[in-house]
Amino acid sequence: MELNAQGLTCERGGRIVFRDLSLSLRPGRLMQLTGPNGSGKSSLLRLIAGLNESQTGSVTLAGGSEDLTLGQQAHYVAHQEPVKGALSVFENLAFWRDFFGGGDVDEALEAFDLSRLSAYPAGLLSAGQKRRLALARLVLVPRVLWLLDEPTVGLDTSSLARLVTVMAKQLDQGGMIIAATHVPLGREPDVRLDLGAAA
Amino acid sequence: MNLILALIKRDLTLTLRQGGGAGTALGFFLCVVVLLPIGIGPDQALLARIAPGALWISLLLSVLLSADRIYQQDYEDGSLDVMTMGPVPFEIVALAKSVAHWLSTSLPLAIAAPILGFLVNLEPAAILPLAIAMVVGSIALSLIASIGAAVTVGLRRGGLLVSILVLPLYVPVLIFGLSASQPNAAPGLTAASLLILVAIALAGLVVSPLASAAALRSYLK
Repeated sequence: MELNAQGLTCERGGRIVFRDLSLSLRPGRLMQLTGPNGSGKSSLLRLIAGLNESQTGSVTLAGGSEDLTLGQQAHYVAHQEPVKGALSVFENLAFWRDFFGGGDVDEALEAFDLSRLSAYPAGLLSAGQKRRLALARLVLVPRVLWLLDEPTVGLDTSSLARLVTVMAKQLDQGGMIIAATHVPLGREPDVRLDLGAAA
Repeated sequence: MNLILALIKRDLTLTLRQGGGAGTALGFFLCVVVLLPIGIGPDQALLARIAPGALWISLLLSVLLSADRIYQQDYEDGSLDVMTMGPVPFEIVALAKSVAHWLSTSLPLAIAAPILGFLVNLEPAAILPLAIAMVVGSIALSLIASIGAAVTVGLRRGGLLVSILVLPLYVPVLIFGLSASQPNAAPGLTAASLLILVAIALAGLVVSPLASAAALRSYLK
């Protein structure tokens, strides 16, 4: 299995953010995206997730499922947290479990130390706790590719350690991770992509 | 199927807990229906004649009131992004959310409307046809509202724009809905109008998820 992107071009509002960008990633590898603000880190992740369209080129997952789109085989954790304040922490994750079909909510809560807050309304969570709840989706449903946009924002030291553990497990199981962040991720990335330099 | 039920259940729970669903819409409906006799005057015969039309127009406006909520919050907090990556086509998500809107808002309104008809001197004979026509028509109303909500989801204060976009599309529902609500119409006319209303609802069932999903996707880009 290998993720391949060839000749991607991203245009936002008439401005070319990056052009002719290529990347490839093999199982068990972590790619760190860096680059100044506005260099297209988020755009690239959304493009791989199938949320944006590239003007040129293509992204393929060689050896992946033929029936599913790339987005259906990936997790995308964005800046905003898709967390509903009117639902409890457990109900939030239980919805995503039903939506994606399968997964153990309690295990996912435990992975990010949210078990105590299980019955707590998600609207009362702090920013860091909300982030952990959004990240818990990664553990809930296994998917081969993780696209993480600034995953560490708002996390304290122990939560960061939990994220590192979860990421290590994903890589050990042959998953792939692309993370846009400037913070050290607890392990040396296998591939670095500097969008500032590429542009 | 589990996914659809999960989505509907979630949207219903959210509307119930956050308010702004059936309760607000019903309150608005009640206000409009109460205002009408005050504005028109206490002429019982006149009120009875315009009652079905007044109730239908109040229904359209009340359904529209909550339409922009169908996708707004999920768009803002990124839930829609994640939903495009689910195991089913995004159109199914749009359909499930429209169904949730129908169950939480349009259907309760359609059931309550004939009861509130007493306020505008609705003839007793018209209650049953009106109720049937409104339940069928409300399906089409929610489905069409979903398109309007999707087209304006990325706009700040898109609520008014939804009304301008959607109200013209409600005209066929209003015409055939009214025609199906007349108890004294020529034989066969009520049934024929009701069938057309069903046809509009079925067409909406096909077109609305496609149009809503396409509009939402273009905003997510």
